[in-house]
Amino acid sequence: MTTVNYAPHTTQAVAARATGLSKVYGQGETQVVALDNVSVDFGQGRFTAIMGPSGSGKSTLMHCVAGLDTFSSGSVRIGDTELGSLKDKQLTQLRRDKIGFIFQAFNLLPTLTALENITLPMDIAGRKPDRQWLDTVIEMVGLSGRLSHRPTQLSGGQQQRVAVARALASRPEIIFGDEPTGNLDSRSGAEVLGFLRNSVRELGQTVVMVTHDPVAASYADRVIFLADGRIVDEVLSPTADAVLDRMKAFDAKGRTS
Amino acid sequence: MFRTALRNVLAHKARLLMTVLAVVLGVAFVSGTLVFTDTLSKALSSQSAKGYEGVAVSVTSYGPTRGENGQKEGEAGLSQQTLDKVKALGGVDSVSGRVSGFAGVGDEKGELIGSGWSNKGSNYAPVKDGKDPRYAFTEGTGPVKADQIALDKATAGTGRYKVGDKVRVATNGPVKEYTLSGVFTTEDGAVSAGGSLVLFDTAVAQELYLKPGFYQELSVAAKAGTSPDQLLGEIKPLLDAEHTKAQTGAALAAEQAKDVERGMSNMNQMLLAFAGIALFVGIFLIYNTFTMLVTQRTKELALLRAVGANRGQVMRSVLTEALVVGVFSAVVGLAAGTGLAVAMRSAIEAFGAKLPAGDLVIAPATVVAAVVIGVLVTTLAALLPAWRTGRIAPVAAMGSAHLPATAKSLAVRNVLGSLTSLSGIGLVLLGVNQGGDTGRLILAAGAFFMLVGLIVVLPLLSKPVIGVVRPALQKLFGIPGKLAAQNAVRNPRRTAVTAASLAIGLTLVTTLSVLGITLGQAIDRMSTDKLKADYKVSMAAEGMSLDKSVVDALAKAPGIKAVSPQADGYFKVGESYRSASGVNPAAIGQMLNIETLGGSLDSLAKGEVAVAESTAKKQNLSVGSTLQVQYDDGEKGALKVGAVYKDLEGLLSPYVLDNKILGAHTEDQYIREVYVNTAGGASKAAQQRVVDALGKNPAMKVATQQDVRNEMGGMINTMLNIMYGLLGMALIISVLGVVNTLAMSVFERTREIGMLRAIGLDRGRVKNMIRLEAVVISLFGAVLGVAIGVFLAWAVGTTIAKGIPNYALVLPWERIGIFLLLAGVVGVLAAMWPARSAARLNMLTAIKTE
Repeated sequence: MTTVNYAPHTTQAVAARATGLSKVYGQGETQVVALDNVSVDFGQGRFTAIMGPSGSGKSTLMHCVAGLDTFSSGSVRIGDTELGSLKDKQLTQLRRDKIGFIFQAFNLLPTLTALENITLPMDIAGRKPDRQWLDTVIEMVGLSGRLSHRPTQLSGGQQQRVAVARALASRPEIIFGDEPTGNLDSRSGAEVLGFLRNSVRELGQTVVMVTHDPVAASYADRVIFLADGRIVDEVLSPTADAVLDRMKAFDAKGRTS
Repeated sequence: MFRTALRNVLAHKARLLMTVLAVVLGVAFVSGTLVFTDTLSKALSSQSAKGYEGVAVSVTSYGPTRGENGQKEGEAGLSQQTLDKVKALGGVDSVSGRVSGFAGVGDEKGELIGSGWSNKGSNYAPVKDGKDPRYAFTEGTGPVKADQIALDKATAGTGRYKVGDKVRVATNGPVKEYTLSGVFTTEDGAVSAGGSLVLFDTAVAQELYLKPGFYQELSVAAKAGTSPDQLLGEIKPLLDAEHTKAQTGAALAAEQAKDVERGMSNMNQMLLAFAGIALFVGIFLIYNTFTMLVTQRTKELALLRAVGANRGQVMRSVLTEALVVGVFSAVVGLAAGTGLAVAMRSAIEAFGAKLPAGDLVIAPATVVAAVVIGVLVTTLAALLPAWRTGRIAPVAAMGSAHLPATAKSLAVRNVLGSLTSLSGIGLVLLGVNQGGDTGRLILAAGAFFMLVGLIVVLPLLSKPVIGVVRPALQKLFGIPGKLAAQNAVRNPRRTAVTAASLAIGLTLVTTLSVLGITLGQAIDRMSTDKLKADYKVSMAAEGMSLDKSVVDALAKAPGIKAVSPQADGYFKVGESYRSASGVNPAAIGQMLNIETLGGSLDSLAKGEVAVAESTAKKQNLSVGSTLQVQYDDGEKGALKVGAVYKDLEGLLSPYVLDNKILGAHTEDQYIREVYVNTAGGASKAAQQRVVDALGKNPAMKVATQQDVRNEMGGMINTMLNIMYGLLGMALIISVLGVVNTLAMSVFERTREIGMLRAIGLDRGRVKNMIRLEAVVISLFGAVLGVAIGVFLAWAVGTTIAKGIPNYALVLPWERIGIFLLLAGVVGVLAAMWPARSAARLNMLTAIKTE
């Protein structure tokens, strides 16, 4: 089988690129291949969703590209930086300066106010936040009235909006979301996804999101499908139905093969 | 349920580690103390029993001693006639008379071998076969001529003396040179304790220590077939019953064993008190651990309740867990304690003291005490957390897993705590106001309430206090500093409990330090400000009297300007005995800083008496009035009061007069020190002249003003160091408490730390964050402890200030600074392991933790 290179279908610049990426756990008999020679580009200013059944390697792919996890072979680039050669300290700095994160379980610091949580990555870096940009982001996610609240005083949706604002506030080159709507009700989930899409459309942000929800995936510009550690398909400008159909097709294939 | 508890203990091994360590240390302290003192007291008793082997009856005479009012009591010694009468009894095999006292041996450089209080001299008393059964000679023979002595083996070894060598021996008089006739070994207690023993010919020893022809003690050996009790009955009628005591050797050995035990029990009690403090501090740590374990298991425990376990069962399961931990730790602690006892012995011997050999004694009582204490402390600390589990509603099983216990209202607790601590402070102040023993009792009660109250209210205090340092931390360390300060107050109860355990140790350390140093300086001022003499000559053995000849020898020596003895005497004023100081009237004014309030010290030279202010007031005396006295020898006299001086307690008796008068009426005068002024003032050469004038006497000490000061400071410092050492265990346990708290915090905040790592906080700064949290908690406890300690030291100091002239509270800022610095270091050290595990967290698993 030949490896398909899922390059973006536009001529736009690339924000992150994985080439021949493999991740193998264990050795010999117990060896598990989480990622099998994956090559993929994430275009700048695009909203990409990664989908696949559990155990397909979708989270592992994101973790490797985001510099959270190490890989066995291949290469990962964020902008011009090759991740494979970086030490922990440099990787940490890269995540701090170039990457934004949104996690499934909000992951805010309960001791900090909403505003302090939003500016945390910049505080860690010792940078002054860009006031105007910060206002824009806060306004977009609709948190203006709640900046002095602590996470425990906010609803789940509001907490995730804080997380979105935190990811956006430092103007990272790329934002990674790990099931960002997994813990939210559908209305709050839709809001958060709306913000992410707006940030791509209006602010030119690059977003990569792992999800198992076809509706969430439909907010993206492009969906790539993983199975058994390999990219098996992609859908451009997806609708929820189109994604669902594609998934059903995999399931059927899985049962017949 | 027991199996559930056991499984829980095994499942939480790592989290129980610090708890186990704390209990092990506390129990080790207790059992180590018990094993050590039991072993030592058995060894000492069996040794003293050995000393009385072969002694059927022992007869001792009482001195002449001073009664309550200073009157002379008893006749000195047992005469040769008494000895002969005893010897003539039918059942007596042999009698040896003993007479002993201080004897110092000089080494090659002329310096004293041994430490002053352990230098003994005695007579060599050969019996029928020409040998003294107490001593076994390894070289030579016993001393039988006036110029011969024998030495114990260790002392002869230290001085490198061989039979036939000349040895300089000093008693309280001039040094004399003797010829070494032999070297011996003995079971004598003084020698086994590492002291030196010089044997003289009996006549020489009698001359030196008592009077010719008299003994202090008779050791009687019985003929075969005569029982000691029978012999005792025969001997008793021959004695002056009032001033002698006759006992069988067995009874005497038993009595000494009891003395040993009594002496040991004092040491025991002190050590156990400090062990108690360590265990008390341990309770805080254990409490924290079980609170956390229970909180984390809320869901699990609720599930047990939901499936039908009742309240009691759930509570018992937690207590059983504590029981298992307690028993395990107690057993390990007992083993560690035994090791500690062995180590303690080697440590003491490393300092030069010798302890008698003996088997290690692990009494059944020690084993019981160790287990009971270990179990009791652990279950007691787990009681409150266990009780809380009883209140977990079954429905909690369905709720969220993490239930932070912090949100609960602390209002009742705060009000109670504030009231208790305020009333405690009130009591302390009342005690200070009251003064005296009652005042101190009230103060102690107040201090207890204040501490308890503060511990209760500490969670409330933690937020504002730590809040104060947050901006500084943020400025200095950035985000890690800010987060550390916030994290430190996230679980105020736990932080408070951790800080409190440190605060207890530091309160004691600070109180003792401030008081010790304050008292030290007060005594220092008292003795040194008043002392003007260049040198103070005294016996190296504390409390021994100098011989009269010393004064004359010094007065005649070249380069010495003035000499005054400081000699004690007694006379009767009215019906009661009063102590007086005999001095050299021409010199005493140059030696001591005596402030006269009326008259002049010159009057002393005219045979008049100077009276201390307080006594003059009480006795209604003033300059010019006459004092009717009756001297020790019965003669009466009238002394004119020539001066009234400001009290110099500890230096001068309330009556001061020319020692020519006092000494003439007093037999065997006690001369505690002699003051010397040299021509041209104190210098190395001048000091050497004084030493030479004393005949290079190894048993005497020539102290400069600085020496006197150092001696005082040294004593206080030694005492403080011992206290620090004993409180060390409590401090170590509170450090474990800090480790424990941080390990828990890191464990609970796994997800947060993972997130911080993901969004860009590097490992170094994660470590810093944990370290700073530890430092903040430690310093919080330390500052609190120091503050309470200073307050209590002030309070206690004020109640005793009246008895001490020139009292002024001294705050040893340097020391306090060191305490705080150490607390900071403790924080960093305590954070080492938790910080490392935080920095090494796997981000991905951390983020996923539900």
